[in-house]
This record gives sequence, structure tokens and C-alpha cells, in this order.
Amino acid sequence: MATGIRIRDLRKVYVAAAAPAAGAGGSIVGSPQNRKKSAKAEIVALEGISLDVHPGEIFGLLGPNGAGKSTTVGILTTRIKPTGGQAWIGDHDVWKEQVAVKRLIGVVAQRPNLDFSLTAREILTFHAAYFSVPSHESAKRAADLLERFRLTDRADQLVREFSGGMMQRLSIARAMMHDPKVLFLDEPSSGLDPQTRLLLWEIIREYNQTGQTILLTTHNMEEADALCQRLAIIDHGKIIALGSPTELKSSVPGGFLLRIRFNRQSADLLPRLQSLAGVREVRAADDNGFHVYADRGGSLMSEIAILASAASIDLADAHVTEPSLEALFLHHTGRELRE
Amino acid sequence: MNLRAFTAMLARDGRVARRNLIAILLQTFLQPLFFTFIFGRVMVSGGYMPQQYKSLLLPGIMAICMFASGIWAVTMPLILEFQYSREIEDRLLAPMKIEYVALEKVVSGALQALASGFVVIPLALLLLRPGVNINVQQPVVFAIIALLAALFAATAGLVLGCSVSQANTGLMFSMVVTPLVFFGCTYYPWSALSSFPILQKIVLINPLVYASEGLRGTLVPQFPHISHLGVIAGLSISDAVLFAVGLRQFRKKAVS
Repeated sequence: MATGIRIRDLRKVYVAAAAPAAGAGGSIVGSPQNRKKSAKAEIVALEGISLDVHPGEIFGLLGPNGAGKSTTVGILTTRIKPTGGQAWIGDHDVWKEQVAVKRLIGVVAQRPNLDFSLTAREILTFHAAYFSVPSHESAKRAADLLERFRLTDRADQLVREFSGGMMQRLSIARAMMHDPKVLFLDEPSSGLDPQTRLLLWEIIREYNQTGQTILLTTHNMEEADALCQRLAIIDHGKIIALGSPTELKSSVPGGFLLRIRFNRQSADLLPRLQSLAGVREVRAADDNGFHVYADRGGSLMSEIAILASAASIDLADAHVTEPSLEALFLHHTGRELRE
Repeated sequence: MNLRAFTAMLARDGRVARRNLIAILLQTFLQPLFFTFIFGRVMVSGGYMPQQYKSLLLPGIMAICMFASGIWAVTMPLILEFQYSREIEDRLLAPMKIEYVALEKVVSGALQALASGFVVIPLALLLLRPGVNINVQQPVVFAIIALLAALFAATAGLVLGCSVSQANTGLMFSMVVTPLVFFGCTYYPWSALSSFPILQKIVLINPLVYASEGLRGTLVPQFPHISHLGVIAGLSISDAVLFAVGLRQFRKKAVS
């Protein structure tokens, strides 16, 4: 039976000099009396997030670096102690029933953490042994996964000399060795070439089709869009949008985003832009720029150019984005996802 | 406890130790054996040291090698695994309490320390002979003390491995390991410090004193040594305190 994830009001605050986990980030908050003693600064990584990952789905946490994605994964995988709130894998509380939770999960960390003293094959078989997989079974699984991840020819070499992409593939193979009910992938395709990324996506989909739940984090919209059945967009430790990629994209006013920039500012430009047919929302941006949300893209651009020309203003830059998660992120936060 | 996961981790450490056998042998034995040769052979042959120093030195060399094993089998791997390769994360995610991952490191370190202790005796004998008078009268007491000394090496390794940052590894050797060895009654018996009464009291906080004196008292009991009871009590208390502190440090490292 497939296993889901429940998260309720999860908070994490890193205190003082305690270094946050890899990839964890957040905003630094210091109370006024503490500000003088800079050591007392607190880093709020998660500000009370709640969500459900349904059994058997591929769920994505999308957000920029430092949004709180890795902290969420860290808590769900028992490696980070939550400051508040609760989370469950299946029926097991991740903090109070750690051993039961660890039996259910497989984890691919953001940074490869392979055992440098072992060969690729040994890494897989020892990992399986930690989960009590019988040795004949683990040898077969290891051979299958090495083949699947195209590592067979390097299977009996120490991983110290492996490239970043090979290490990443082996990390994922290792996480699958004990056939976990819930697979966590923290930035799984970072450092992979496009071909290997496609292979990875295929493997993730196949794994999901066997009924397993997958939670992945990414700051790559293409990946989130291609893989995830549902997504939470997370920023500064808060969930700012939740739904299927299609739902989320359609929640952007109009769908299309036109990012335009003029050579100078003009007070009546904004209302004029708003009056164009199909324009749903216009927001001023930096450097005489505007973000225009509209239900059409290219055809609107020529009208904007005419409008600018009539006002003796030059169009300095223009960019049309089709309905995308990137546009959604910008709409919710006013910031680019890649910033 | 998940015995299968625990033994699989022990098997992993065994595999790595076998693979790195030559490096381990050189790291553990080279310096103590040089010392043994120079002070136990060259200096004695030249008449600068008495003949009986050979026998006095042997238990101290065994204690040093066991302690060095704890550093090389537990401390250095933990420093690297927590701070550089992060490979311990895979073991922390094994389905057992994380404290057992620390315990496994201690067991593995103690086994390697015992192996070093017993391997160095014949090696040192080869370098020192003739003239070494080993006289084990209480083999059971010797075994207990050797085991407690091995556990001291491993638990001290755990504390250091979870407390020292990678950047300060060199400092650890000069500020912690070297003073412990030199003030650990390894090259001389504790009674030799009687001319330095304050120092003689202070060194009693160094667990290596009990390990050296205990091995001296059971291997070459003809020399003055701290009583077996004192040694067993000193080592047992040190092992328990170091394990408790090591576990606390391990938890801090393992969970953010």
C-alpha cells in the first residue's frame, strides 16, 4: 500500500552560531535586544508550513535556494529536529518514531554523500544490508540498478574518482536499493547533463508507477512541470502556492507574462498598458520596467511598441513568457526564481 | 537494536580496514616502533639506558599503539565523514537509532585497538630482544585491562571525532594527542613522577595513565605500577564518561 506524507504547521528556527544544514536557508531575525549580541541571531528556515503529499504521487517542492526546501526534507527524513509542528510518514511521526520512518524512506541528499572507501557495487550492497535485504537479493538488485543507471562498467571501482554526475546517479540507485515506500530527492538533477536528466526522469516515473510516493525538491521549473503531479511553491519558509502544474500556471492572471523595459519612466504609461485589450494586470518593476500579465503574448507586443512610440519612449527590452511556473513565481513574489 | 544493520556496519568497517591495511599499519605502528628501536635498543646498547628499560617500555608502547588506533579508526573517519564526504549520512538513515551508529564506531575502534595492541607486542619484541622479561601472572586481569584500554581508545576517538573541526586536525594532534601520550606514563612508570608530586596528581585525570599502568602491571609486574583495582576503576570511569560525552557530541553532529 502506498504511503503518504502529512505536514502540519512545521517550523524550524536555527539559533545563533549553529550552522544550518546544507542548502538550508531563510531569513535572519534578531530581536532588538539581541541585535547587539550578533551571536543570538536566529535564522527562520520554515515558518509553519502545512501540506499533504498523497500516497503514490510525485510531489515537488519548488523554490529558490534558501527557500526552506532542504530543511523540509531534512525534517521529514529525521535529520533535522523541527522547532515546532509535526510531520508524519504514513502513520509515523518523523521525530518520535524515527526508526519506523527510516524503514519507509529512501533519501538522495543534495550533495553526494557516497562512501569514498567503497566501490560502487559495495555502496549498494552495504546499504541494502543496513536494511536487512538478503545478500543474494541485494547482489541482484545492485546489478540491475547499476545497469539501469549505466554504471556497470565502473561498478567495481572506488567512487572517489567518479564524476559529479556518476556520483549523483549512484546516490539515487542507492536510495532505491531497499525499495522505499517514500523516496526523497533533493535537487536530483543538479549537475546532470541533459541526457542523464531525461534518463533520471524516466526512472523516477517508472519508480512512481510501482506505487511509491516521491517527494522532490527543485529550482528547475521544467523539471517540476515535467515530473510532478502536484507542487508546492515555497519561498522564505512559507508555501505561497499549491496545486498541479496546470492549476498553478492557470492561476497567473492571463497566463502570459510580458517583461518590458523602457528607456525612461512616464507617469501615464501604466494606465495605458492596463487599457490594452487582453491585459489583466500590470506591475511596475525595476529600471523603468513593467510586468504585464495578459491572455496573449506576441500580438500584444506590437501594440505596446506602438503605444511607447506614440509617447516618444523607446522600448529597451522585451521578453514574452508563455504560461509557466516561472511566471507564477514572479507573480507571487515579485522575484525571479533563479535570483 | 537492529543487529543486522549493526553487524553490516561492522562488516563495512572491516572491509575498509582490510583495504587500507598498509596505511593503517604505518599510521599506527611506525612512530612507536621507531621510538622502541631508538630508546629500547640503540640507547640501551650504548649504555645510556638500563637493560631493564626494554621491559618497562613494552607495555607503554602497546598503550600508545592502542590509543593511536582509536584516533585513526574512529576520530579521523568521523571528522571526514561528518565534515567532508558526509558519507555517515547513509548510516544515520539506516533503520536503527543513531546512537547505535556511534556505538558501532566504538566497537569497531575497540576491535582495531585490541588488534593493534596484540600485533605490536611481537613486533616490539623483535626489535628489543633479547632481554625483555614478560611475566603475565593474571591473564584474565590482563584481558580485562586490555579490553578497557581498547574501549578508552575508541571512546576518546568518538569524543575527538565529534568535537574537532576538520581545520583543527593538526592542532588536535599537537594539543591533545601528544600531551596525552607524553603525560600518559607510557615511556615511564607513574611512580617515576614522585619527584613532581603536583604533576603526579594531575596526570591521574589522563585515562592513558591507567591504560599504560594497567598493561605494565599485568605484563611486567616486576616494575612499580598502580594497583589493578585502581586501574580498572580509572579506566571504567573514563570509558563511561567519554562514551557519554561522545554520544552527546555525536547527536549534536548528526541532527541539526
